[in-house]
Amino acid sequence: MGNPYFSPNNSEQLRVLRATEPEAVLRVSNLNVSAGDHHILKNINLEIPKNRITVLLGPSGCGKTTLLKCMNKLTDLYRELKVTGNIYIDNDDILNTTASIPDIRQKMGLLSQRPYPLPVSIYKNVAYGLKLKGVRDKKLIAFNVEKHLREVGLWEEVKNRLNSPASSLSIGQQQRLCLARGLAVKPGIILADEPTSALDPTSSKIIEDLFRDMKKHYTIILVTHVLRQAIRLADHVIFMHDGEIIEQGPPEELFENARTDKLRAYLIDGN
Amino acid sequence: MQLRRQIIDKLNGFWMITTLVTILVLPLVICIGLYIKAAPIFEQHSFLELVFTSKWEPSRGIFGFWPFIAGSLYVTLLSFLFTAPVCLLAALYLTQFAPRTLIRIMHPVIDVLAGLPSVIYGVWGILVIVPFVSALSVPLTGSPSSGYSVLAGGIVLAVMVIPYTLNMLIEVFNTVPNGLKEASLSLGATMWESVKHVVIRGNYPGIISAYGLGIAKAFGETIAVMMVVGNVVKASGNPFNAAYPLPALIANNYGEMLSIPMYDSALMFAAFLLLIIILVINLFFRLLIHKTKRL
Repeated sequence: MGNPYFSPNNSEQLRVLRATEPEAVLRVSNLNVSAGDHHILKNINLEIPKNRITVLLGPSGCGKTTLLKCMNKLTDLYRELKVTGNIYIDNDDILNTTASIPDIRQKMGLLSQRPYPLPVSIYKNVAYGLKLKGVRDKKLIAFNVEKHLREVGLWEEVKNRLNSPASSLSIGQQQRLCLARGLAVKPGIILADEPTSALDPTSSKIIEDLFRDMKKHYTIILVTHVLRQAIRLADHVIFMHDGEIIEQGPPEELFENARTDKLRAYLIDGN
Repeated sequence: MQLRRQIIDKLNGFWMITTLVTILVLPLVICIGLYIKAAPIFEQHSFLELVFTSKWEPSRGIFGFWPFIAGSLYVTLLSFLFTAPVCLLAALYLTQFAPRTLIRIMHPVIDVLAGLPSVIYGVWGILVIVPFVSALSVPLTGSPSSGYSVLAGGIVLAVMVIPYTLNMLIEVFNTVPNGLKEASLSLGATMWESVKHVVIRGNYPGIISAYGLGIAKAFGETIAVMMVVGNVVKASGNPFNAAYPLPALIANNYGEMLSIPMYDSALMFAAFLLLIIILVINLFFRLLIHKTKRL
């Protein structure tokens, strides 16, 4: 059951939200995902504000990752999933569009729970997306590789071993490399699926600091079940439970004045 | 109680080490045994003379193994040329593109094919492939062929090796984490680009290993090849001509004509040679795997 105060079906609520919130870059409307009889996402409606960190918060198995994968159509890989509804990016409904799926995906960088560097060198990992975009100028590629490795604070650590296998990096460095690789294709949105769950506290802090800096230029959607991380980073929180959005809004409002028992229970357990 | 557990622990350790040592020592024992049995022929002919001469007249004590080596290599090469693309594409399709139900159907089919006795492949080769090759020879080469040829051997061998190589490639490609493919797709790659750059590129060692084992199996395969390859002692570049692979030489002649002096040693040398060539093939593929792992 969705929160009646924050239900997007409530037009007055939406009007107020739109007046106070920044422009929405991504809008989900009546999204449902099911696998056979199992209803994974139930009538999801939400808006993602531009240049903010939106945290998808909720217990494991509540559908956060599935929702994230719907946003860049990675759900297409899983034949058993049935996806209905609308996801608007740049006023284009990506679930019902004839546009090229690779082009849609390049609008969003993906950072997974654990880093997945491609089985090539550090340099080629960052260059990969550029080459897919058709960039052939070696100088331009080299410029962008350096730029994005600097952006994630990795350049000084790897500048002398750019041709080493990406797998030779530490797991924290690999995650930053994956972020640089994603940024190289110039996405407007970063989809981060529990990106610090496999990292040590120091590496996690580096990623969190990067997100804070990056939100000037990117819209970040962060999936986490760690309440403290949500408190540290979120500009906008969407709390999910059992495939539904229970509450959404500014963090101070949600965390201090939870309106539902489910969120209250989650906050108590999380603290 | 404590003593009993310690004894069981020691015993288990002992038998595990014993079996391991046996497995490791076995190829060495076979190799030494074959060498000792082949040794008399080295008193009359040098190793290089035996390997690189083509004249085969056992009754006159002339043993040139080149036609047999060339026949084995040629049939194996042809089978590899047929097997490699088929297995790679089939394994990629089954693991990356096909619905899971297809894999569930295909697995038992592949296992059945792998388990068929080689004589069945041989009979099928005589009934289907040999006439097919014979029918092809005039339009393609201008001269007739009985169909018992290197090409027939290569095709039959390829069909035999496909289930082994395919099974291994499926296992290799199944190890690719979904996250890696998703990472590539999310950067804007198409499914094929992701397969090419992530699934194939990331699994060079596994692919090479699967091909290496397939080739080693093909090189040593005897019955089915012997039934369709023609068994004529002549090294020829024409795939429509007959050949005589090393395993067929041993299988056809061992136990017969041993009254001919040195013939026993010559056949033992053929077996020794077979072992050495398979060892060299394996070492070559090990080297390739090592090199690709460093990339």
